[in-house]
Amino acid sequence: MGFIWFWLVAVMIVGYVVLDGFDLGVGVLHLFLVRNEAERRASLRSIGPVWDGNEVWLLAAGGTLYFAFPLLYASAFSGFYLPLMIVLWLLVARGVSLELRNHLDMGVWQTLLDRLFGIASALLTIFYGAALANVIRGVPLQADGYFFLPLWTNWKPGQLPGILDWYTIIGGLVALVALTLHGALWLTIKVSGDLAERARRIVHPLWIALAALTVISLVATIAVRPQTLDNYYRYPFTFVVPAGVLASLAAIQLWNRSPRRPQPVKAFLASCVYLFFMLAGACWGLYPTLLPASTSSGNDITLERAISGPHTLAVGLAWWLFGMALAVGYVVFVYSRFRGKADVEAGGH
Amino acid sequence: MTAELIHRLHFAFTVTFHYLFPQLTMGLGLLIVAIKTVALRNGSAAWDRAAQFWGRIFGINFVFGVVTGIPMEFQFGTNWAQFARVSGGVIGQPLAMEGVFSFFLESAFLGLFLYGGSRLSKRMHWFSAVMVWLGSWISGFFIIVTDAWMQHPVAYDLVNGHYEVASFWQLLMNPWGLLQYIHNMTGATVTGCFVMAAVGAFYLLEGRNQEFGRIFLKVGVIAGLIASILIIFPTGDLHGKYVARHQPAAMAAMEGVFKTEPGAGIVLIGQPNEDTGKIDNPIVINNVLSFLIYGTTSATVTGLDRIPHDQWPTALPLLYYSYHIMAGLGTWFALLMIVSAFLLWRGRLYRVRWVQWALLLSFPLPYIANTAGWMTAELGRQPWLIYGLMRTSEGFSSTVSAANGLFTLLGFMGLYALLGLLFTVLMYREITHGLDAQPAAEPVHTDGL
Repeated sequence: MGFIWFWLVAVMIVGYVVLDGFDLGVGVLHLFLVRNEAERRASLRSIGPVWDGNEVWLLAAGGTLYFAFPLLYASAFSGFYLPLMIVLWLLVARGVSLELRNHLDMGVWQTLLDRLFGIASALLTIFYGAALANVIRGVPLQADGYFFLPLWTNWKPGQLPGILDWYTIIGGLVALVALTLHGALWLTIKVSGDLAERARRIVHPLWIALAALTVISLVATIAVRPQTLDNYYRYPFTFVVPAGVLASLAAIQLWNRSPRRPQPVKAFLASCVYLFFMLAGACWGLYPTLLPASTSSGNDITLERAISGPHTLAVGLAWWLFGMALAVGYVVFVYSRFRGKADVEAGGH
Repeated sequence: MTAELIHRLHFAFTVTFHYLFPQLTMGLGLLIVAIKTVALRNGSAAWDRAAQFWGRIFGINFVFGVVTGIPMEFQFGTNWAQFARVSGGVIGQPLAMEGVFSFFLESAFLGLFLYGGSRLSKRMHWFSAVMVWLGSWISGFFIIVTDAWMQHPVAYDLVNGHYEVASFWQLLMNPWGLLQYIHNMTGATVTGCFVMAAVGAFYLLEGRNQEFGRIFLKVGVIAGLIASILIIFPTGDLHGKYVARHQPAAMAAMEGVFKTEPGAGIVLIGQPNEDTGKIDNPIVINNVLSFLIYGTTSATVTGLDRIPHDQWPTALPLLYYSYHIMAGLGTWFALLMIVSAFLLWRGRLYRVRWVQWALLLSFPLPYIANTAGWMTAELGRQPWLIYGLMRTSEGFSSTVSAANGLFTLLGFMGLYALLGLLFTVLMYREITHGLDAQPAAEPVHTDGL
């Protein structure tokens, strides 16, 4: 049961990253890729009907974590107090700037809202990446299962690290570049004309940066937490996950720059697969630890220690499968209804 | 300031602000379905447009509800870690179900409802309105189940120092939760009705959008009459009786009953004095409280004198005032709606300006009443976090210092002050221009709007 719930939570996190990832990426691109009001509108329209639904995945993941692993939820959320609060503020700022931009014709304020939307999106991707890196690196857990991290200490991963150190910053950069690229691929599908072409072209430099950062982060992860490899050596066939990372990375490039005819949908799906393998690889490197302790491995929060009782989980599994099947149904339905290009000119949806 | 107080204020402030938005969407969701049904039946373009107008208002409120709601889901862990750890096996369940069953539904169909007008058949469009309404009410249900377990814990086992669900069905069917749910949803409907009626009155008073003004007034007043009566009887009455039996300390403090006595009177006005154990300058109607709770004027109502001092609600005067404000406003809602409905029946509501003024000026009051009602429930639960099982002082995050808590509380206060201003601007614009013949610009659909 623990094994199942570990992966169910992982699936929800992947769902969140893959879905909200592209609208965050569109947000980052909003800072520099779009050139005029019509393009700004088109790029926003491409995420219009779906972004708040995408954020629901975060809520659902949070709730699932809460009841399946109460100890982890309690410990991690209070320990990562400061960065989480900053994430919440950024989510508020981002949602509201979009909302205001939608409803008000605000002249000079429009520019401010566009910038706010872009910057909040960029910072969110960095925080998400850094958060994941924090979980991989480990936190100074006490014997009672709690910890508290300041935003930074000496910028080095060690016994008493901060939220930000050189390793977690690499994680933040990986997320920033990966999701920006993800958003650019989304735009190549959802908008047309010059904007789509520029989105397609910007994927190339982003791809080079992402390839480099991916390799650096893999090496850095092994350096910071060598135990990450244990599961892989124990079950060598799981090396398929890092191989999948590299293969999907290659596929993005291949399909996006295919000389005869670019394949934007396939490239975007490859990017989804890349995000999936990166996260799955990190989860598998941790399993069955949920939150490693930088203090002593005896303080690790493990699956066994954090998991809820059997009845809770059994009942949960029943409604979860039912509810998520419904949810996936709505998501597919909505995306199919809003299929097609959000044109640069007025119209579209 | 102690860390406990900061964490309490943190949750109280953010949840109070948050609930300003869902109470309107839950109320409006129902009214939009009603309007949309009329439109579907008589094929009226005006009613269809009216539904679309309120859909946009719903959408703005939904987005503000989402962005202020995410912090709520997080705060159980960030600020109340010890509570989350102990209770996650029980109330983590309904909280997760809210996300899985309600938010996906609500966000997906709201996108369809607002964007899909041209892409969907009329019937499908009506169906998406129904699903949006359902999503919002399902969401309310799971939140109430969560709160009801803290108010009146049922169906749990204590395993190694934390609580696990013993019976999932009983958790969902907690009698406290069912009573609170019908009372709360009626309260949300009251808010929706008053806001709708106020916008209608505003249009008629200004002499613009008169056709819509009349539709809004009619729907707001008819539904408002029903909701304003249901909020008192039976929902408020039943809920109050249940509280009196299961949380006597809360009831005694709410009503300002210091002394246990048969034939207890109801205090209409007066300030509870904790030092003297009396109500200052009281206006009391004899025997009424006993009758309201137990159905007989001679029944004995437990007073605070029978309750150990360490189990008195910690913010007693605030609890007392919250309850009295809620009940007082509830009376006003019923009176105003009865008068308005009478005039509507006599065909005079669209001409009698003073009633239109009263309806317009009353729109903030249901927000106050709903907030006061929630304060009554949550302050009445004190000093317990889980009633009878865990004290509030045992539940907060011990690793998050008062200074860190204050830092983020101030941050939220600043952010939400700004948010409140922006929201007001948005709503004002939507109300003043939302029905203009030619919208100023084709809006960019960015958010399910």
